[in-house]
Amino acid sequence: MELPALSLITFSPLAGAFLLIFLSGKDEKIIKGVSLAASFLPLIILTNVWSRFDPLSASLQLIERVPWIPVMGAEYFLGVDGLGMLLVLLTAIISPIAVLASFGIHERPKAYMLLFLILLTGIFGVFTAQNFFHFFLYWEIGLVPMFFLIKQWGAENRDYAAFKFFVFTLFGSIAMLLAFQVIFLATGTFDFVRLSEMGRSGELSKLLAQFASKAGIPWQASTLSLIGFLAVSLAFTIKVPIWPFHTWLPDAHTQAPTPASIVLAALLLKMGTYGFLRIAMPLFPETAKALAEPLAYFALASIIFGAFAAMAQRDLKRMIAYSSINHMGYCMLGIFAIASMSSTDVEAKAAALGGSILQMFNHGITAAALFFMVGVIYDRKHTRNLEKFGGLRAIMPVYAGLMVISTFASVGLPGLNGFVSEFLIFRGTFVVFQPLTILATIGLVVTALYYLRMIQQMFLGPLNPDCEGLPDMSKREIFVASPLIALMFLIGIWPGPMLKLTNAVALNLIGVFQL
Amino acid sequence: MILDHLYLIPLLPFLATAFTAFLKRPQRSLSSGTVILAMSVSCVLAQWALWTTITQAHHGEVFRHATSFEWLRTGTQALQLGLVLDPLSASMVSMVTFVGLLIFIYSTGYMHEDKNYTRFFCFLSLFGGSMLGLVLSNSLVLMFIFWELVGVCSYALIGFWYHKPSAAEAAKKAFITTRIGDVGFFIGLLYLYAKSGNLMLFDSTAGLGVLDQANLAKLEQMTVTLPLFGVAAVSTVIALLLFCGAMGKSAQFPLHVWLPDAMEGPTSVSALIHAATMVAAGVFMIARMFPIFALGTRHGEMSTAMTVVASIGSFTALFAALIAVAQNDIKRVLAYSTISQLGYMVTGLGLGSVASGFFHLITHAFFKALLFLGSGSVIHGCHGEQDMLKMGGLRKTMPTTAWTYFVGTLALAGIFPLSGFWSKDEILLYAYHQNKAIYFIGSAGAFLTAFYMCRQIVLVFFGKQRSHDFHAHESPGSMLWPLRILAFFAITLGIVGCPYYRGNLFHHFISPEHHGLEPSMTVMLSSTVIALSGLILGFLVYGRSKAVEKGTDPLRNTLGLLHIILENKFYFDELYRNTALRAANFLASFFRAFDQLIIDGILHTVGFIALTLSTFNQWCDNFFINGGFDRSCSGILRGGETMSALQTGRIQDYLRFTALGTVFFYLAYMITLILQP
Repeated sequence: MELPALSLITFSPLAGAFLLIFLSGKDEKIIKGVSLAASFLPLIILTNVWSRFDPLSASLQLIERVPWIPVMGAEYFLGVDGLGMLLVLLTAIISPIAVLASFGIHERPKAYMLLFLILLTGIFGVFTAQNFFHFFLYWEIGLVPMFFLIKQWGAENRDYAAFKFFVFTLFGSIAMLLAFQVIFLATGTFDFVRLSEMGRSGELSKLLAQFASKAGIPWQASTLSLIGFLAVSLAFTIKVPIWPFHTWLPDAHTQAPTPASIVLAALLLKMGTYGFLRIAMPLFPETAKALAEPLAYFALASIIFGAFAAMAQRDLKRMIAYSSINHMGYCMLGIFAIASMSSTDVEAKAAALGGSILQMFNHGITAAALFFMVGVIYDRKHTRNLEKFGGLRAIMPVYAGLMVISTFASVGLPGLNGFVSEFLIFRGTFVVFQPLTILATIGLVVTALYYLRMIQQMFLGPLNPDCEGLPDMSKREIFVASPLIALMFLIGIWPGPMLKLTNAVALNLIGVFQL
Repeated sequence: MILDHLYLIPLLPFLATAFTAFLKRPQRSLSSGTVILAMSVSCVLAQWALWTTITQAHHGEVFRHATSFEWLRTGTQALQLGLVLDPLSASMVSMVTFVGLLIFIYSTGYMHEDKNYTRFFCFLSLFGGSMLGLVLSNSLVLMFIFWELVGVCSYALIGFWYHKPSAAEAAKKAFITTRIGDVGFFIGLLYLYAKSGNLMLFDSTAGLGVLDQANLAKLEQMTVTLPLFGVAAVSTVIALLLFCGAMGKSAQFPLHVWLPDAMEGPTSVSALIHAATMVAAGVFMIARMFPIFALGTRHGEMSTAMTVVASIGSFTALFAALIAVAQNDIKRVLAYSTISQLGYMVTGLGLGSVASGFFHLITHAFFKALLFLGSGSVIHGCHGEQDMLKMGGLRKTMPTTAWTYFVGTLALAGIFPLSGFWSKDEILLYAYHQNKAIYFIGSAGAFLTAFYMCRQIVLVFFGKQRSHDFHAHESPGSMLWPLRILAFFAITLGIVGCPYYRGNLFHHFISPEHHGLEPSMTVMLSSTVIALSGLILGFLVYGRSKAVEKGTDPLRNTLGLLHIILENKFYFDELYRNTALRAANFLASFFRAFDQLIIDGILHTVGFIALTLSTFNQWCDNFFINGGFDRSCSGILRGGETMSALQTGRIQDYLRFTALGTVFFYLAYMITLILQP
């Protein structure tokens, strides 16, 4: 019998959390060791089953299916395609790095690690679940531990940030939950694969209309689909986040402890983009087609407004949070492009979507590195205010070098990962949304401008006397950052395998929206 | 043989970079040794490649060897990268490796004292490698990749003395200014991709490359309707967008502002930027993509794109030369002179003569590298002093630097028979035949060039040393030998582009399919007269000036306001600072405020209303519902408490209560009896 790889991956952090319960809160080293092992296990399992995955197939693989509560349409149904595999891989890479980054936290380590490991299980669960029932369970698991991590281990204004994060996300979750209840009542299934098929054939909107007329609501199928699409998308829009639903992100990032910021930026935001591709758009393809153009304007707003807002920030973490909004904007631009009716150029759309999916991975790597690096300086200087630094290159050369590389990856310089994905997105969206894409290039200049200002303020010029004697990065810190830096170069120079992994899925998804 | 291993030319410097990146500060000679070794091997390979290109060329045809490989695949399309060797790239790699190598060797002397010597060579090697990759690219994507890398390297090297705030500022300025141009390049590239379905330059198998005949013919037919401009040829739009990139990199007006500030870097970096790498990239790109610029040329009429390119080029040539006249910093004069000379190259290309513009690029690389390295030697000898008004008389203390500098000056001024004469004259010849206005602008620029270079020579090397803060000395051999070699080429290189020696070899090599113009004695004589008069005027103004001895510029009084405007470079820095930069900062503050006030404002209002409602609700609950219930409850409770207080459990109390009760009932009975009617 084959190993239930995806279940093992999903539950290994949870198993670690279970073990932690039996440990004393004082054995900090053991707690951290167990947590690291539990967070590292998924990567080991993943490499072992990698050969079982066929990247040329667009269908779900590594499937596990067990009936659960048939009356409620709940089935334990796991599976990944190229998209899921890429995100599981990203999660598996980021998990141990985030746990390692947590080694500097000495306040109630047991409770912290417990929450952290549960959070990781929730994220793996979201990327592998193929049935709404447990998808939603994991979706909410992604929310609650993060709330406590921010609220308990956060910075000075953590209550506000945690509350804002919670309310925003919950708001979206409720909309999605209600939508899915109606969908279930109309179709009798929570199965994403079945629902996507129904969405593609138009059956879903018909069933929704039937259900509505039985309930005495005389709305048209298209109106119902529109409501369904918007309700489901709201959850994802907030998670990505797309302008103007983004203001929770800078607050949450600024207040969250470093490792939580890493997970938030690298993984939680990807749940939003993933949701669009896995759920919102395949279930309601006609609505997605009709809304592609207007939604692209919101993506553009994220790109331009996010970049400008980042430029005005004095707080390092807020600045990087806004740059995340900008980068996820590129991602969404590529995603909406595939649904657009203005072009039927499959090659351009394949480039846009391939670029967007790669951008998810790249942003995961780069944002994780940037937030980690900010954490490094915050641990030393206890401030995130850009104006409090200056001339650090002289005393922290390794830190300066790694930070500048991460920054350049975010700016999208060739040779590093960000360039490849942004280039592909632009190449594709230029064909689909031409004026919009030209406007989006403003973001490229502004991003360079604020990042170079940041480098100038932090590292160049004469050394700020307040910063005298700050030690350079420790061995542990270099060890944490180096896999991320190595991946930036690797993907930047040799992106072929990554794109091969998702190409079949991308073409399949594009097929949904052709004609 | 070399054709199969072309990739080694850029790869070796990259490997050297990767290796030296991990070296520690004290491993100085290992770092510079590796870098110089890698560049030397690249240089040998590059000369070999050039030789192959020359010998394998068939008469009247361009030799071209193009390779490609799949980089990535989306959908069913592969994105291909590759390298190409043809006369253009071959002569360019030959120049870049050779001049680059000399600058690297020079840097071992110039940077000897610097504590980040190891890191410096790491960046130099990356710079060289990126430029070589750019030149050899057979794909516009690959060219853009290296193009951006060149930008990053210049950023790192201009800001190499990072502790100086001015250096940090200059580095940022260079990066941002060129990036603005790069966005144009990027959009042009996307447009070309969308229209051609490919970004390979040359496709040796199927002929699908963007510069292959089939695609050019296809592009020529396309038109597009633009807002504001109306109907335009697609090729014109693409060409002008690509030209934006070249304007940034090659510092053409109005994106020229970064180059003079780039002087903040070490002088060997300036030499590299001004001669072999950075600025040459823009001109090279136009030369490479020229077939697209030339689309739409009919019966000798220049295409729209070419007209724009030539106009901007010639304007820049004159504009920068004017500014150079009023600068006192030895390197700044050279910087403006570079902008001006780049203007000539761009003009040459815009006039439709790739060979002449490109030839000026090559010759200029040699004499400008020579001048920069010479100025570095001067600055080194004067212990960091850069103000020409404080120098003087250095020809006695620095003889080798002085004579090589004279050679560079004469070449730049375009004096017969040095290399600059032949290359600049070729451009003026084309201008003379195609557009007289450009010819006159170019000639005026040539006059100014001779004038400000003579001014520089006089101020630096003649007269007496005016400041006594430093004791000038000659530089070490590692710095002087590169100067001698470059001087040799600055004198002799013109021969390959001389129309009287086997009919302009360079032209036949670069574009064998076009016949060059017949050499014109009128143009040659007039440009010689113009250059000589510029030199003479320079000598007359500065040679015996009393003002110079006092440390001021005699022209300052003569020209008055004009001189002040020139000194301040026509106030372009101030203009940009007060418009573009201010607008960007305003937008940034606006969007931050928008998030905080509008979006979060709405959120907080909604939150506040919800909170108010729930507080009110809570109050209602407490006051009415809970209140009523609680009060009745507490009434009962209090009653109970009062009652329970009576239950004391003592016999005496109970007897007392019984007695009281008996009295109460007795009294009540009596009262009822009395009140009875």
